[in-house]
Order: sequence, then C-alpha cells, then structure tokens
Amino acid sequence: MAVFSRGFGGRVRESTPDLPPGQFLTEDFPVLSAGPTPEIDTAEWEFTIRTETGASHSWDWDAFRALPSELVATDIHCVTRWSKLGTSWRGVSLDTLFEEVESSYDYVMAHSYGGYTTNLPLEDLLDGKAWIAYEFDGEDLDPEHGGPARLLIPHLYFWKSAKWVNGLVMMKDDEPGFWEQNGYHTYGDPWQEQRYW
Amino acid sequence: MSSHVDGNALAGPLSEVFHTDMTTAVCCCDGCGETTTLASEMVYGAHGLVVRCRSCDDVLITIVETPERVVLSFPGVSSVSVERGAPSA
Amino acid sequence: MTDWLVGTVTDVRTETPTGRSLTITVDGWPGNLAGQHLDLRLTAPDGYQAVRSYSIASVGDGPAVQLAVDKITTGEVSPYLVDDVLPGDQLEVRGPLGRWFVWTPEDTRPIQLIAGGSGIVPLIAMARAHAASGSIVPFRLLYSVRSPQDRFFADEIAALESDLFRVDYVYTRSAPEGWATPPGRVTPERISAATIPVSETPGVFVCGPTGFVETVARALVDLGHEPQSVKTERFGGS
Repeated sequence: MAVFSRGFGGRVRESTPDLPPGQFLTEDFPVLSAGPTPEIDTAEWEFTIRTETGASHSWDWDAFRALPSELVATDIHCVTRWSKLGTSWRGVSLDTLFEEVESSYDYVMAHSYGGYTTNLPLEDLLDGKAWIAYEFDGEDLDPEHGGPARLLIPHLYFWKSAKWVNGLVMMKDDEPGFWEQNGYHTYGDPWQEQRYW
Repeated sequence: MSSHVDGNALAGPLSEVFHTDMTTAVCCCDGCGETTTLASEMVYGAHGLVVRCRSCDDVLITIVETPERVVLSFPGVSSVSVERGAPSA
Repeated sequence: MTDWLVGTVTDVRTETPTGRSLTITVDGWPGNLAGQHLDLRLTAPDGYQAVRSYSIASVGDGPAVQLAVDKITTGEVSPYLVDDVLPGDQLEVRGPLGRWFVWTPEDTRPIQLIAGGSGIVPLIAMARAHAASGSIVPFRLLYSVRSPQDRFFADEIAALESDLFRVDYVYTRSAPEGWATPPGRVTPERISAATIPVSETPGVFVCGPTGFVETVARALVDLGHEPQSVKTERFGGS
C-alpha cells in the first residue's frame, strides 16, 4: 500500500463525463517521443498506401494538400493518462485517401519516418473516424507533435495516432506494431481502458 | 520531453527485474555492432522507456511498466554481458 | 529486487531562488556511494502516482539522504518538492541506484567534475566523499550557473575548496561585480582553460540538463579526452 504524500495533487484532475476512466485533464500538450524528432522537409515528404497486390498509391506534399481537407474538433486521450478536450485539427480524411484503394485485407500497419509502427483495423480508419492531420490549432503541425503530418484517430489511445506518418500497409492479420509488441494493447480503446496486454 | 537522458536512469526500473545493477552491463547493438555500457546509451521516456544505441539510434531495449508486470523487449541487442559477482543496484 | 521504502522529510533548505535541498530520513536505507540516484514516488489522495529520479547529494551510511531540486514550473513533481513539501511529510524512495556514475576512493585518477545548475548534486556527493576519505588525488570542479545566487551548496563548496579541490565558476547570465569573464555559456575554450588537462588523463563526470551535457561532452572529446573517461548524467525535467 502506497504512502500518501500530503498536498501532492499531481495534475489537476477534474472529473467530467467526457473523460474516459482513469484519465486526467490537461491544458498543455505533452510531448512523448520514443526517439529523436525526425526533420522532414515537405519537398521530400511522401505518403503511400500499399495493398496485397503490390499496388501503391502515393501522394507528395502538394498532391496531398490539394485533397479536400476537414476541420476536426475532438478530444484526445493519451495512455499515460492525460486527456485534452476540444482540440482542433485540420487534415485529410482517410476515406478520401482510400477512395481508389482496393484491398480485401482488414488490417493496416501504419509506418512513420523514424521507424515507428502501429497496427489498426481498417474499419477504424474509415467512415469519418480518422485523418492525416497537418494543422493543430490553426497552425502547421509542430515537428514535436508529428509534423508535417500525423495520423489522427481520436477514438483510440493517442499512441495509435502515429506521428510523422508516411505510409499504410494493408495486412491480412492483425500484427502488433512498436508499442503493441512491447506491452501495449493491440486495439487501445480508452473507454474500455485497453492500456496494456 | 523529446530529448533523451542517459542509461543511468534505467537502474530503478531494471532493479525490479534483475538482481544486479544492469546499468553497468555491456550491450552489443545488433544494428551497428557497437558495444557500450548500458549506462551510457540514450534513453527516451515515452509510453515506456526506449533505449537507443548512441552510435546508430537503433532501438536496443524497451521497458513498459504496467500495474501487473514489467515488459522488457530487446529488439536490437545481440548480447549483454554482466560482470560476475556484480553488486546489486 | 529493490523495494520502495518510506521516507520522511526531516529538513528543507532554500538553496537558490528556484531550488532547495531536502533531507529525507528513510528507514532501511542502506547508505549510498557518491553519484548514485534514487527514484522518488509521490502518491496523491486519489491514488495518482508520479515517479521521478533524483541524484543524491549525500554519501555514506543511512538513514538520511539529501537531494536538491530545481523547480521546473511546468512540471508536476519539482514544484511540489520545492514549494510545498514540509518536514514531516512522507514519500517513497527506491534505491540507491546505479553503479556507473559513481566515484569511490579506490579511483586514483585525478577527477574533473563539470556541473550545470542542479547537476551539481551527484558531484557534490563526490566532493564530499573525496574530502571525507582523505584521498590525495586532485579534484577540480567547473560549475556553470545562471548567476551567483543560483549556486547550490555555495557555502559548502567554498569551505571544501583547497589545493586538492579547485573550483571554477562559469556564469551564463550575470556574473559577480568585477568577474574576469563576461557572462556566457560554457564553451570549449572555457572548458579547456578551467579543467584538468588531457595530459593528466583525468576521469571526468558531467551532470546537467541534456543540452549542457551534450555541449560539454562533445568539447571534452574534441579536446582529446577518451570517450570512456567521460561519464555523463543528463536530466530531463518535471
């Protein structure tokens, strides 16, 4: 049994119905990095979706930015227990990016500059649930927060919203990504507190 | 924090798993072959601890502490050598 | 396996405008070597826990351990330790930890200590161990701080200063009246001018914020120190 430290509050932890269980509100935007922040020039940036046939669909920065974008207002929940409510993003819906993609596979591995990976069911990326985001709060997305572009999948714990994303590879089976191999839950629903294995 | 600290910081979490102080152990990186004392590798703190080779940046070790267990992975370590009779942490 | 031990704060002392030292008395503390650290765990009434690593300023047998903490305003643990904690308060510690960044009297090399801000903590432990052991190897300290009032353990460092323990300061923002060098960051030139030369093959211990340690370690290697003779301890912040 832990000893309580008098007067230690940690972060402000109001309770609101918008908070999943075990989460605490934060006003700032903590940066969690598993490695050095990659420097990505948008002139070199590319985003690719690959399918089981070997077909690939790629966008360079200009082509990506020419796609219709959406303003997304959403809450985000980090598995390290902070949640940030009412965040504002701009990005391209994955419905748009998957329009021309033909695949019979149900799972996706997201890949990032710097080598990070995370696994997702395809259905969690579609129907207005996920974006490739390039603006936060009306500004270009800061490299520390995944700029120039990151995945945004707000209904799952935020490690699934891969920073510096550069591709999606269709998978037949649900194989674990970086954190999912190393202790974190394969799906990561914050409302069910799916934090760890 | 996006910057890293030294492998010294691993002593506490690893003391939950190993009997001797592992920060003085010598690790060989599977990627570049560099051998370095764990205490002087780079440690990033994110959802867990990510230990990276200070020569090539490859991920050597990850440590995730859950309420029930400590999950250790060694994705980029080809060997670890520990001095016999090394004292505990 | 290292267990969490209960500690009671027994003394708090203001060291700088943003930092203070704490003495924590820990039942069952086995004592520690100079340079080791501990993990400190705080638990809020609703069960929320935060764990942080802190270097230990004290050395030798228990049960009292001294830490020194600089407040990072956006952090959640250091403001509590600097502003709120009072003698009698309880917290938990795990340690002592780490046997790499340590100095023991068996080490007969000349020793250069280089500290940035509260990075002095494990190095003051080494200076204390050096003085207590009667070791005759030369020690030298290069201590980089923003201004004279930001020095931790200033009186004690002055008292320890001797032929066997030379002390140099670098002031990065404001120097005392009449100070020879204008305020500025630690540079390779300053390091070269105020440290034990490579020819004496010293052991070097560097502790401070990540950027400081990065700069110093690179300069030392450029000066010709063997990378293995330079041990570093970076700290993040919160």
